[in-house]
Amino acid sequence: MPSPALQLTDVRKTYRSGDEEVVALDHATLEVGRDELVALVGPSGSGKTTLLSVAGALLGPTEGDVRVGDTEIGDLSEKERTAFRGKEIGFVFQAVNLVPFLTARENLLVVAEMNGNLDKGAKHRADQLLDELGLGHRTGNQPGELSGGERQRVAIGRALMNEPSLVLFDEPTSALDTELGEQVMELIGREMRSRGVGGIFVTHDTRMTHHADRTLEIIDGRLKA
Amino acid sequence: MRLAVRELLRRPGRFTVVGGALTVLVLLLLFLGGLLDGLYLNSTGAVRTLDADGIVFSDDARQSFLRSEITADQRAEIDEVDGVAATGGLGFALLGVQIPDGDEVVDGAVVGYELASDELPEPPGTGEAHADRQLEDEGASVGDTVLVGPAEVPLTIVGFVDDTNYLQQGGLWVEPETWRSVLAENRPDAIVADGSFQSLVVRVDDGADVDAVLRAIDDATGATETLSQAEAIDAIPGITEQNATFTAVIGVTIFVAGLVIALFFALLTLERLGLYAVLKAVGGSSRTLVAGVVVQSVVVAAGAFVLGGLLTLGLLQIVPDGIPLQLEPSRALSTLASITVAAVVGALVSLRRIVRIDPASAIGAGA
Repeated sequence: MPSPALQLTDVRKTYRSGDEEVVALDHATLEVGRDELVALVGPSGSGKTTLLSVAGALLGPTEGDVRVGDTEIGDLSEKERTAFRGKEIGFVFQAVNLVPFLTARENLLVVAEMNGNLDKGAKHRADQLLDELGLGHRTGNQPGELSGGERQRVAIGRALMNEPSLVLFDEPTSALDTELGEQVMELIGREMRSRGVGGIFVTHDTRMTHHADRTLEIIDGRLKA
Repeated sequence: MRLAVRELLRRPGRFTVVGGALTVLVLLLLFLGGLLDGLYLNSTGAVRTLDADGIVFSDDARQSFLRSEITADQRAEIDEVDGVAATGGLGFALLGVQIPDGDEVVDGAVVGYELASDELPEPPGTGEAHADRQLEDEGASVGDTVLVGPAEVPLTIVGFVDDTNYLQQGGLWVEPETWRSVLAENRPDAIVADGSFQSLVVRVDDGADVDAVLRAIDDATGATETLSQAEAIDAIPGITEQNATFTAVIGVTIFVAGLVIALFFALLTLERLGLYAVLKAVGGSSRTLVAGVVVQSVVVAAGAFVLGGLLTLGLLQIVPDGIPLQLEPSRALSTLASITVAAVVGALVSLRRIVRIDPASAIGAGA
């Protein structure tokens, strides 16, 4: 049986704020299967961002084990985490954050360029992803020439570019209207399941949680099913 | 790297201001360098053209040709020094020169000499001169007889030589007796005895230790100060001060160029914090991002160099004759090198900030 996309075991993440220790993540345990899409909801400051950052190898945990695919990433150095993210994790950010002066196709290829594997295979994959995301006719357009939904689809393509085990979505529909948000979430669900990739999406919008296989709530750093 | 180049190509407007400022600074650097080279070359040509290993002054002359005198006896002693291959008399007279049909008297340096060099032919006949091209530019031609000094001593130009001026004054290279008579008729106070010269050009034997031979010359005469050619050039009045002044101004200009680059890319980095965080999150290393900034900075500097160079070439066409502006390839290369170094160092000022960008800041950053 393949290992899950993500496994958090008893993970704590604390910060120092002056003399005080702030607990951002409190003994969080979570497993996300391959092809499983999990919604993460919770009020501001509840630890959603920290959970996503720890799961995405952007931050190391203070305690506990973090495993993405077959790799334990809790003990990796910053440099190793950077390389690991480039290979195994996809991100879709809240502000979309496409490179404004690159075309849709080049925005996908940025991932390959940053990871030093910009080759024919990468170019083929970028074209294929854009086709599958319904952007085959927009490959040469820069973000400024794309609609909000199209930009979000490019961002999804970028997250899938490195064939990740896990994709993390930070408020993927916050900049979209309800109809477009629904369409994008449907697309995300379809893409994740068809590719056998695990995903977590953070959302404030409870209307979107039905696209997830399950929804978790996080309050004061603690996960609740 | 591609990302950095694409931004330059697709958003050239972002780099216009810094590129424009650098172009002006390159123009200034080339202009200042060209002035320095023009002044330097026009002041020192007469010494550089001699092909000398050493130049002998009398020890009370304070390294000035015009104050120095080497007697025939001293020359005989110097000829005997081990390692001395040849000596040649040398003397200067700085006087006004009237060119036929010329409206004004131009500055000239009549140089009496004995030894030919790669650039300098054998001394001409009595009453004849090899003239510097500067005098050709001022209207003299081969066959012309120019009149030298208040006594109007006639000298017939038999040919032209390049880059032989002394203190911005056009060289007129003559055989020793002609120089002696020019001096006697125009500057009776500065006359030197027959057989004496103001100074001597020394060439040493192949393979000899030049410094040791030059020291041996002073030991033998007990009354001379022998300088290497480079030292004799530096001893020309004003040369060291002129070099130091221009070098300081050029140095400050390069520093300002570095500062402009550093400030620009520091601001650009601040603007790109979000983008850099995202690129780091998707696997980009600080090294890749910094390399991109350096590439952009160097490309902008190189572009400014090309534009500034073209502007300087244009300026050369319209600059009045009296300004000794001379653009040397070596100056262009050193300017390119210094502006490139300024570009790299200036860009690296943003290194610390880029390294400190936390990729985790890409998450939770709302639109």
